Amino acid sequence: MSDEELLRIEGLNKTFAIRGGLFSKPLKLKALQDISFSIRRGETLGIVGESGCGKSTLGRCILQLLRADDGKVLWLGRNLLDIHGEEMRLLRRDLQIIFQDPLASLNPRMTVGEIVAEPLRALRPDLNAAARRERVMSMMEGVGLQPEMVDRYPHEFSGGQAQRIGIARALVTGPKLIVCDEPVSALDVSIQAQILNLLSEIKERLGLTLIFISHNLSVVRHVSDRILVLYLGRMVEFASGDDLYDDPKHPYTRALLTAVPIADPRRARQRNIDALQGEIPSPINQPSGCTFRTRCRYAIELCAEKRPPLENTADGGLVACHRWREIGTLAAEAAVAG
Amino acid sequence: MAPILNVKHLDVKFELHKSEVHAVRDLSFSLEPGETLAVVGESGSGKSQAFMGVMGLLAKNGRATGVAELAGTNMLGLPSRELDEIRGRDIAMIFQDPMTSLNPTLKVQTQLAEVLVRHQGYDQPRAIRAAIEMLERVGISEPARRANSYPYELSGGMRQRVMIAMALLCRPKVLIADEPTTALDVTVQAQMLDLFRTLIHDFGTSLVMITHDLGVVAGLADRMMVMYAGRAVETGTVDELFYDPRHPYTLGLLNSTPHIEERARRLSPITGAPPNMEHLPDGCVFHPRCPYRFDRCFAEVPALTTLPGGRSKACFYGAPLIRKEDAA
Repeated sequence: MSDEELLRIEGLNKTFAIRGGLFSKPLKLKALQDISFSIRRGETLGIVGESGCGKSTLGRCILQLLRADDGKVLWLGRNLLDIHGEEMRLLRRDLQIIFQDPLASLNPRMTVGEIVAEPLRALRPDLNAAARRERVMSMMEGVGLQPEMVDRYPHEFSGGQAQRIGIARALVTGPKLIVCDEPVSALDVSIQAQILNLLSEIKERLGLTLIFISHNLSVVRHVSDRILVLYLGRMVEFASGDDLYDDPKHPYTRALLTAVPIADPRRARQRNIDALQGEIPSPINQPSGCTFRTRCRYAIELCAEKRPPLENTADGGLVACHRWREIGTLAAEAAVAG
Repeated sequence: MAPILNVKHLDVKFELHKSEVHAVRDLSFSLEPGETLAVVGESGSGKSQAFMGVMGLLAKNGRATGVAELAGTNMLGLPSRELDEIRGRDIAMIFQDPMTSLNPTLKVQTQLAEVLVRHQGYDQPRAIRAAIEMLERVGISEPARRANSYPYELSGGMRQRVMIAMALLCRPKVLIADEPTTALDVTVQAQMLDLFRTLIHDFGTSLVMITHDLGVVAGLADRMMVMYAGRAVETGTVDELFYDPRHPYTLGLLNSTPHIEERARRLSPITGAPPNMEHLPDGCVFHPRCPYRFDRCFAEVPALTTLPGGRSKACFYGAPLIRKEDAA
């Protein structure tokens, strides 16, 4: 990983209009609010959060599959929100995506060869059929699929193989950045590990930068250099993987980490499970001030009045909590008392 | 103590258009009173179908044979009227999606009260009172108001709680939970696992937790049974299987699971994919993916054999399994 900035997000907002009832006005769902961070060349950036936190919307806004309302997505210094048409199309060679459900994201009427070649047809019109086929074959080999399978259809493949096809399709244009949106969530454990190993291997081999979106904190921990935690469309914490797991600053990050089941019976029994109460509020009707305060055991009056700004931490991370400096002490006291 | 649920030689088969799928083969296990047994396996392992078979809930083309004794009564082969008496009263099953158990057109209290009227002979007002009490037990705030709602008006976590409340209304001896937390967010999952721990302790219910998540198993179960391609391949206490697995598949699952405490350890996945249940390999069904296989595994099927201490495995390999970092 270098220090060179590949992508920079500044003040990104995205709102969806939700149709109200017959006589009511449309509602606004604020899916992303004031998102700012940057990605370095060659790193894997994890984005975690629970359903509805905006993690997939963020991935799609970065790739311009969704257009943000305002803010900037600076790709090598240029704002993608200002780029349209043919120019954007050419840029898509650099920006690719891998989806969660491998079989659902592959056209059942196309052969594997056609699926993997599709981005080349669209984005590399300069290549002829023979050149395309050669590239497709080498991609398939690169992701651990036998090139002889090139004329088969998706239904003939298992979930793990189908995800390899999805990866080959994402790689075929030679991208610089790939957004992996829950790429292993639909797979069995034994297959999940194969795909995680494959992703880290091709990332090294091709010098890729990855954005890895997942609700599974163990998986994100395993792959990511730095991790962004979202709650109701806002950044609550951003830190290196080690800092985030060893010394979480935000109460929500702490709660998320303690909620993850540990696959180790002795440690699981010792652990004091202190489950977070309640569920995520509706993104349409968000709490005032800090949106996490309704579930936060450390919330004080200030949290309802004023939204906490993102502050820099000593180890180079970001955290949005009025009380983040005290949380460690408060949690330790609570553990002793409890 | 006599086991509360005793399953012997359970087979589940599905009739297809031109062939037959043998989804569960010769499965035998028992569940002690108050015990939590985790049944672990990947898609197609037969872990769900085994219990759908026990409960008499198989699809039309499915058939379960063998013995499944619940407190001495063989549930397989009971006339459906008698089975209906037992289900919901003595044994209950819950699923990943609460909406498979809840009727979307009926208020929560109506569905819950129906169970008590049917099985316990309560009158309607008493049944509704008991239903509201149970909703409170499973951690639903404002239970009387929620009881008067329709399922769609509740959040996902709350529906899950309603489903658990419904399953526990008659204080069943056995609760079978099929991936009950898989679709939930991690903080809600933690609440549910907490709730399971409390309820099975308070009610003395025996729990069968069907899951693919070893994290869920570690924090909840006393014993576990690992299934692969329709067979049990290893059983034992949770500690035995996590710290000293004897079947290569159990070891493979453990090595495939990323741990939250550490990063950058290269995972050691199991190579290949689970077999097609219509065309199972000869010999041990796991041999095509097994790094420990030898001649015998290609020809013979290993039986589930009891080892000293009461644990069991279905594997010919005799030497201790060493964590082969790159066995693949």
